[in-house]
Amino acid sequence: MWTICRKELADHFSSTRFLILFCLILMVALVSTYLAAASVREALEGTSKPSQVFLLLFTTPFSEKFFSVAQFIAFFGPLLGIIMGFDAINRERQHRTLAKLVSQPIFRDAVINGKFLAGAFTISIALLSLLLLLSGIGLMAVGVVPGQEEIGRLVLYLIISIAYVSFWMGLAILFSILFRSLATSALASVALWIVFSFFIGFASDLVAGAFAPVKNPRDPEEIVANHRLAGAISLASPAVLYSQATSTILDPYRRTRNSLVLTGPMERMSLERFQNPLPLDQSILVVWPYLTFLAALTLICFGLSYTIFMRQEIRSV
Amino acid sequence: MPAIIQSENLSRRYGRQTAVDSLSLEIFDREIFGFLGPNGAGKTTTILMLLGLTEPTAGCAHVLGFDPAHEPLQIKRQVGYLPENVGFYDDLTGRENLRYMARLNRLPDDKAQPRIESALGIVGLNGEGDKLVGAYSRGMRQRLGIAELLIKDPKLLILDEPTLGLDPDGTNRMLDLIVSLSRERGITVMLSSHQLEQVQRICTRVGIMIKGKLVALGTVEELAKRKPGDETKPNLEEIYMRYFKET
Repeated sequence: MWTICRKELADHFSSTRFLILFCLILMVALVSTYLAAASVREALEGTSKPSQVFLLLFTTPFSEKFFSVAQFIAFFGPLLGIIMGFDAINRERQHRTLAKLVSQPIFRDAVINGKFLAGAFTISIALLSLLLLLSGIGLMAVGVVPGQEEIGRLVLYLIISIAYVSFWMGLAILFSILFRSLATSALASVALWIVFSFFIGFASDLVAGAFAPVKNPRDPEEIVANHRLAGAISLASPAVLYSQATSTILDPYRRTRNSLVLTGPMERMSLERFQNPLPLDQSILVVWPYLTFLAALTLICFGLSYTIFMRQEIRSV
Repeated sequence: MPAIIQSENLSRRYGRQTAVDSLSLEIFDREIFGFLGPNGAGKTTTILMLLGLTEPTAGCAHVLGFDPAHEPLQIKRQVGYLPENVGFYDDLTGRENLRYMARLNRLPDDKAQPRIESALGIVGLNGEGDKLVGAYSRGMRQRLGIAELLIKDPKLLILDEPTLGLDPDGTNRMLDLIVSLSRERGITVMLSSHQLEQVQRICTRVGIMIKGKLVALGTVEELAKRKPGDETKPNLEEIYMRYFKET
C-alpha cells in the first residue's frame, strides 16, 4: 500500500494540472488576503480593543463583488479534489496497467487505499502550505499576532477543509471506478460540483417557494417557514454544509447555524449589548452536526468506492 | 513429475453464460504449455481464476500447491503474469517501471537493482532502460513486460498472447526468449496464443479450448493420431481446425 501511495504522491506533485490549479488558487488567495488585510487595517484604526482580528483576514471580502479567502477555497477546493481523483482507477484501466498491478503480490484494496491516502496527503500539504503562507502575509500586513484561540480555529478550519476536499476526491475516485472513460468521470464530478455549489441555492429557493410560499411578506411565520425549508434543502449539498460550518468556525460572533433569526426589539438590544465572541468549544458545538455529516459523507464515498472496486471484474478489456 | 498447475472441474459462469465449463487440467514442471482456442473461449478467464483474480463458481485449482481462491498472494509472489496487451506507466522510464514492480513485490531497492539489470539484460533492453516507455516500440514493450516478470524470480510464467501484434523479427525474439527461459532457468511456461505455427514450434504440450470446454490435450503428435488426417507430418493448424469445425 505504501509503495502505491508513494508512487501516486510523486505523480500528483509532478503533474502539471495539479501545479497549475495550485498556483491559481495560491495567486488569487494571496491577492485577496492582501486586500483583506488592507481593509482590516483601515477598519482597525480608531478601534480601541480589537479582538480576534486575525480571523477577519480570511472572512473579509476585499470588495463587495468578490469572495473572501474562505469562500474562495470553498469554491475551488472541490476542483482540487476532483483533478486528483477523477482518473485514479480508469487511467490504470486505459493504460492496461490495472491487470498487471493486481497480479502483483498485493491485496486488491491496497490499490484504492494507496490512491486515496496519497490524494489526502497531497490535499493536506497543499492546504496547509496555503494557510501558512496566508497567515504569514497577514502577520506582516496587519501586524496582529494571532492568539491561541485563533490558531485553534485556524487548525480546525484546516482539518474541515481537508475532509471536505477529500470528500470531492472520494467522489471523483468513485466515478473513476464506475466510468471507463476519463472524460466521462471528469465531467460527472464537475457537473456534480457545479450543481452542489451554484445551483443548489436556486433549487432550494424554488422548492421552498412552491411548498412554503410567502403570501404575505409581513407575516414573520411564513418567512421563517420559507427560510427553514430552503435552508434544509440546501443542506443536502456538501458545499453548503462546508461553507456554513467553516464560517461559524472562523467567525466567533456567529452563534447560530440559521441565517435568519427573528428577534423582538428588546431582544435585539440585549443581544447587541452582549455582543461577545463565542469561545471555540461553543462554536464547535454550534456546527457539530454539520461536521459529523461531512465526515460521514466522506466515509460513505470512500466505502462505496471500496466495495465496488473489490467486487469489480478485472477483465483487461 | 510434480504438477505445477492442477485444476479439477474448474467452472466460471457469468449469469447464464458459462465462460469456463468444468476444466480439468494439469501442467507439469518445466513444460511449455500452449493454451489455444478462439476469442472468447474462456482462456483469459481460466488464467484469471488460476491467479485468484476471479473466483470460480465451481471446482478448484492448485497452483504451485496453493489454492488461488484462498491464498492468492502466495501464488502471485511466484507467478509472473503477462496480460494481453500489457500496459506501462508511459511517463516513467523502463527502469523506473521495473523498480516500481520490484517495490510492489517488497524487494528492497539494493536487492532489486541487480535483478533489474539482469532482467533488462536477458530481454535485451540494457541500452533502452532509461528511455521513457512511451517511446518504446511494441516489441520492446512486450520484452519489458517479460523483464517485469523476471524481477520476482518466478517459478511459473503465464503469458497471454505474448506475440500478438509483433513483427516477424519481434515474434522470433520473443519465442527464443521464452524457450531460453524455460531451458536455462527451469521456468514453467503457460502461454495462450492464436498463432498456431509458433505454438507448435516451442510448446511441449497443447490444450485446445472451445466455448469454455477443453476439447483436446496432449502433444501435437498425440493429437494428430487422435484426429487422423491425410497428411504425414502433424500440423497443429489442421488439428485445430478439425476440432473447431466439430464443435
